[in-house]
Amino acid sequence: MTDETNTNRRHFLGIATGLMGAAGVGFVAYPFLASWRPSARAQALGAPVEVDISKLEVGALLRIEWRGRPIWVLRRSPEMLETLTAPEVAARLRDPESRESEQPDFARNVHRSVREEFLVIIGSCTHLGCAPLERFEVAPADLGPNWRGGFFCPCHGSTFDLAGRVYAGVPAPTNLPVPPYMFMDDNTILIGSETGAA
Amino acid sequence: MSTSQPEMSRRLGAAGRFNEWINHRFPLQKLMREHVTEYYASKNFNIWYGFGVLSMLVLVLMIVTGIFLTMSYKPSAAEAFSSVEYIMRDVEYGWLIRYMHSTGASAFFIVVYLHMFRALMYGSYKQPRELVWVLGMLIYVALMAEAFFGYMLPWGQMSYWGAQVIISLFGAIPVVGEPLVEWIRGDFYISDITLNRFFALHVIALPLVLVFLVALHIMALHEVGSNNPDGIEIKEKKDANGVPIDGVAFHPYHTSKDLVIIIGFLILFSAVVFFAPTGGGYFLEYANFEPADQLVTPEKIHPVWYFTPYYAILRAVPDKLGGVILMGAAVFVLFLLPWLDRCKVKSIRYRGWQYKVALATFTVSFVMLGWLGLMPATGIYLLLTQIFTLLYFAFFVFMPVYTRMEKTKPVPDRVVFHG
Repeated sequence: MTDETNTNRRHFLGIATGLMGAAGVGFVAYPFLASWRPSARAQALGAPVEVDISKLEVGALLRIEWRGRPIWVLRRSPEMLETLTAPEVAARLRDPESRESEQPDFARNVHRSVREEFLVIIGSCTHLGCAPLERFEVAPADLGPNWRGGFFCPCHGSTFDLAGRVYAGVPAPTNLPVPPYMFMDDNTILIGSETGAA
Repeated sequence: MSTSQPEMSRRLGAAGRFNEWINHRFPLQKLMREHVTEYYASKNFNIWYGFGVLSMLVLVLMIVTGIFLTMSYKPSAAEAFSSVEYIMRDVEYGWLIRYMHSTGASAFFIVVYLHMFRALMYGSYKQPRELVWVLGMLIYVALMAEAFFGYMLPWGQMSYWGAQVIISLFGAIPVVGEPLVEWIRGDFYISDITLNRFFALHVIALPLVLVFLVALHIMALHEVGSNNPDGIEIKEKKDANGVPIDGVAFHPYHTSKDLVIIIGFLILFSAVVFFAPTGGGYFLEYANFEPADQLVTPEKIHPVWYFTPYYAILRAVPDKLGGVILMGAAVFVLFLLPWLDRCKVKSIRYRGWQYKVALATFTVSFVMLGWLGLMPATGIYLLLTQIFTLLYFAFFVFMPVYTRMEKTKPVPDRVVFHG
């Protein structure tokens, strides 16, 4: 032992203590930061929803809620599906190929669904989030002779076809979004997951 | 000269002895002298030097009214809106306390913006006051966060959708954006969970940060001394006692003048609280009188007036990420002001035409952007927004160039009085 101060050792010990402290702060910070993630309850409430479609009649619309958003399941008749390619519809759409719209890759087609018969969309207008109305009748007085059925937003008059595709010249910029979903079996749709995992 | 301790004690009354007892245990007298009775600030302060004191006054007002509001407010999605209505209708004088708080929020930004403009006019951000400015900017950022969290609490339509827009901005960040948004919300949409945590941040976390930063701001200011409308360092000319010749003690001289400013402010403030509490729809927005509905978006979404200059800048570019970066830069660039300004002269009274023109352009741009942020981002409004955004940034980007070219007037040795 000497009386001289070993400054190198002091620096080393000082830095080592500082690093240990920083690591400790990091470990302690983690639980606090992690506490901000969706809680078990929020995750349970936001978990994928199973929907039984066995009792859904042709031409009928089923409404459910998933993660605070309205999800619609529409069972389309063959006549309804025919309108999707009818010239008075297809030629007047803004984004008929769903290039600029929000949907899983499997829904980037004319009928915007996995199975042609079943349309699954988020029932919230892409303009300002109003709830569009179902107007499945053909050529009603207020919507004109070219109307082949679809959705009409009462707030600002946006119109969508039976695949939720937006017509040109209305305030809504894109097609109604398609949520992630999958068929668990012929009669059950799982909304919120494309793979079966949450 | 000095009297011995026992003799002093004998001459002091009971109050004096109590003071002495305190001062032996806590530096009360020392602190009072340093910060109040022997803190010397320039004797030629004009009205622009009142907004710092007013900011402090509003901070106290917000804390006091806020404490009383939390006693009746319920931070849950199911009860928040109706608990605010309850405060307004059923709690005795609840309407007064809430209107003081809501008017106080706008008043806070008015006095802070004027306080900052004063600094820009008289070069109060310049050497040796760079840290005073930086700490002040940190207060401003914390204040914006505090205001944003507070605006969500009434859980009206504008609370909800304004928060939706602001939180979704973080989603523009590549890769981490979406998980970050989910982490902030604590849910898959803005819900009860989000409201509850924003309440915690609004009533505990940010007020503590604000009070701490304000203490640092004042300590830094009292270390270097206050600037003045002439931008002269009064500490350079002291009398035999070491007191700046151009300085007068903060108390009683500046405090008595500040009292007049405070009374004037309170007259205006009360006029708004009692006769126009909604501030024409700017202080309390009409869309917020409807309860939050996650399924219906209001026709027009915009933040409260004090954020609209930045909101306008956000919308100036069509790209979402680009807009977010630009908006962040608009706030951040203010921090760099002390180092962007290369002119040696502080006060606008003696600076060249370049800075006067630049400051006028900047001020007009900021006000115009504030108005444009309330307008739809289309057509002529969008074009104007882009022009004023360019002018806003030009003030900073070209500052090192034009401040170097300034032909300044001679700065007087002693402070000057006008009128």
